[in-house]
Amino acid sequence: MGTTAPPPPAATVRGSSGRLGDTIFEWMCRGAGLLVLLLLGGIIITLFIGGLPALRQFGIPFVWSTAWNPVEGREQFGAGIAIVGTVVASVLAIIMAVPLAFGVAFFLTELAPEWLKRPVGTAIELLAAVPSIIFGMWGLFVIVPIIQGYIQLGWIGEAMAELPGIGFLFASNSFTGTSLFAAALVLAIMILPFIAATMRDVFDQVPPVFKESAYGLGATRWEVVRNVVLPYTRTSVVGGIMLGLGRALGETMAVTFVIGNANRIATSIFDPTTTIASVVAMEFPESLTGSLQQSSLLLLGFLLFVISFVVLAISRYLLRSKLKA
Amino acid sequence: MSTTFTPSAPVRNADVAKGLAGRRKLMDAAVRWFCIAATILALAFLASIIVTLLWRGLEAMDFTIFTSEFRPTTYGDATAQKGGLLHAITGSLLMVSLATLIGTPIGLLVGTYLSEYARGSQLGNAVRFVSDVLLSAPSILIGLFIYQLVVLPMGGFSGIAGVISLAIIVIPVVVRTTEDMLSLIPNTLREAVVGLGAPKWKMIILVCYKAALAGIVTGVLLAIARIAGETAPLLLTSFGNNVVSGDMTRAMASLPVAIYQQANSGYPDLIAIAWSGALIVTLGVLLINIAARALLRNRG
Repeated sequence: MGTTAPPPPAATVRGSSGRLGDTIFEWMCRGAGLLVLLLLGGIIITLFIGGLPALRQFGIPFVWSTAWNPVEGREQFGAGIAIVGTVVASVLAIIMAVPLAFGVAFFLTELAPEWLKRPVGTAIELLAAVPSIIFGMWGLFVIVPIIQGYIQLGWIGEAMAELPGIGFLFASNSFTGTSLFAAALVLAIMILPFIAATMRDVFDQVPPVFKESAYGLGATRWEVVRNVVLPYTRTSVVGGIMLGLGRALGETMAVTFVIGNANRIATSIFDPTTTIASVVAMEFPESLTGSLQQSSLLLLGFLLFVISFVVLAISRYLLRSKLKA
Repeated sequence: MSTTFTPSAPVRNADVAKGLAGRRKLMDAAVRWFCIAATILALAFLASIIVTLLWRGLEAMDFTIFTSEFRPTTYGDATAQKGGLLHAITGSLLMVSLATLIGTPIGLLVGTYLSEYARGSQLGNAVRFVSDVLLSAPSILIGLFIYQLVVLPMGGFSGIAGVISLAIIVIPVVVRTTEDMLSLIPNTLREAVVGLGAPKWKMIILVCYKAALAGIVTGVLLAIARIAGETAPLLLTSFGNNVVSGDMTRAMASLPVAIYQQANSGYPDLIAIAWSGALIVTLGVLLINIAARALLRNRG
């Protein structure tokens, strides 16, 4: 948005057809814009209204309650397990994805020879285009057995489980491989291209003079990135990471395939658990219309919307302020 | 700034200088190799996905996949005929095309509004922000929204509900590319057209859209690629069906949902068919993506 706004063309002096056309077209465009606002409002209100019966029944403690019992007559629901699962899986995914995404972005902007930049860049973008359900099937077929056989039950997992103090985080009674860790790993691979693309774009915006000055002082490439590129792009890099986090929080199909869908809090990264999105995908199609379970799932959806809206809004804010600067 | 290249006191001791330079070079090399390894790893993930899809997907891939509807498992029944995905392919084609037809004009108008009418305005900024949030919002929530809005009043899952939820996903994708492409058009071009006496709407439709055509088509292609693989919203709106059907008021099959259901069926032959479906969807999505990028690169 660097260019200045075009001066509004003066109303044409010719016949009223042009002016009428202008009015109609402008209102069509504005109406479409308003429709977008209505969509967002509609989603929030619909989910909230749908979740009201559950909210009335369980009150605010729904948010942290770990109960989940759809058995008729003793229905008891709470969002605690799903919220913890969603947040922990997404944060683990970010921890794994950010260094890799930085590596890819650094490679694409500073290290790769010209002829390699485009094919590698395109391949990374294609990774972002692979549908979620494909990541799920691939994760279940390739990643889960690797986790089961080579990480959890391999020497790495056994050594980690022996660690004093934090060993319990790596010890689990579940040996299927479908776990919190599997979900986090698949999520990391899915959001990697989004974070890498943002980082690459903002790294490219650094004025070459800055980098050249540092190189001229004898700095190495790593020193240039650490002391010039990263400080200059910090806000947008965080914005890109938040964008990845926002995506991870709401990811559904891939997670549903690999997380094990168990309604309990994971105490170890190899435990199965669940997330908001996957509990909705698993239970909503089978829930009875108007049941307390369905209302609870809608309330879960509302909570997911609030969480991801906040994260995405922060991300937009950080990325937007960069573009204006 | 770091201390590493601050030329403070000149370093007398040659060994120290050498050690420091050595450490800096070592750090640089370590980071460089890490970045190369990270890139190779990311590419390896993509390669692994494609190889897995080809390996598992070609197992059950034959003409029956494209010519036959769903059939129950042949497991333990030698006389049973192998089923296919025709119902899912036709359902997906139908719903994706209708959703694109509905979502594209709306997205185009919103993009036009942002670029031509609302630059810098409060309402414009709000629309842009909300559209960007919708672009990354969890798609399953759009499924829940349409379930409440369409499925409940209609009394059941329907193709229409699926189409509407996909159309909502199309809009922000088209908005983003349309606005970006329109804002690349130089203002002098707009001024020239308006200066000739053309009304603004003619300027936008005849000149701006034409100049931004390649970019707009790219946006539409990316939107198609995005919704072709969407599973979560369809699971809550069009659900699924085992026969070829054009009835938009009833539940309708789609490739992603059929893949999901058959992959979780537990029968090896149905799982193999799911992998064939996964191969079809992924190849389609990736090819559309490559075409979209090539189109944008080759525009005049």
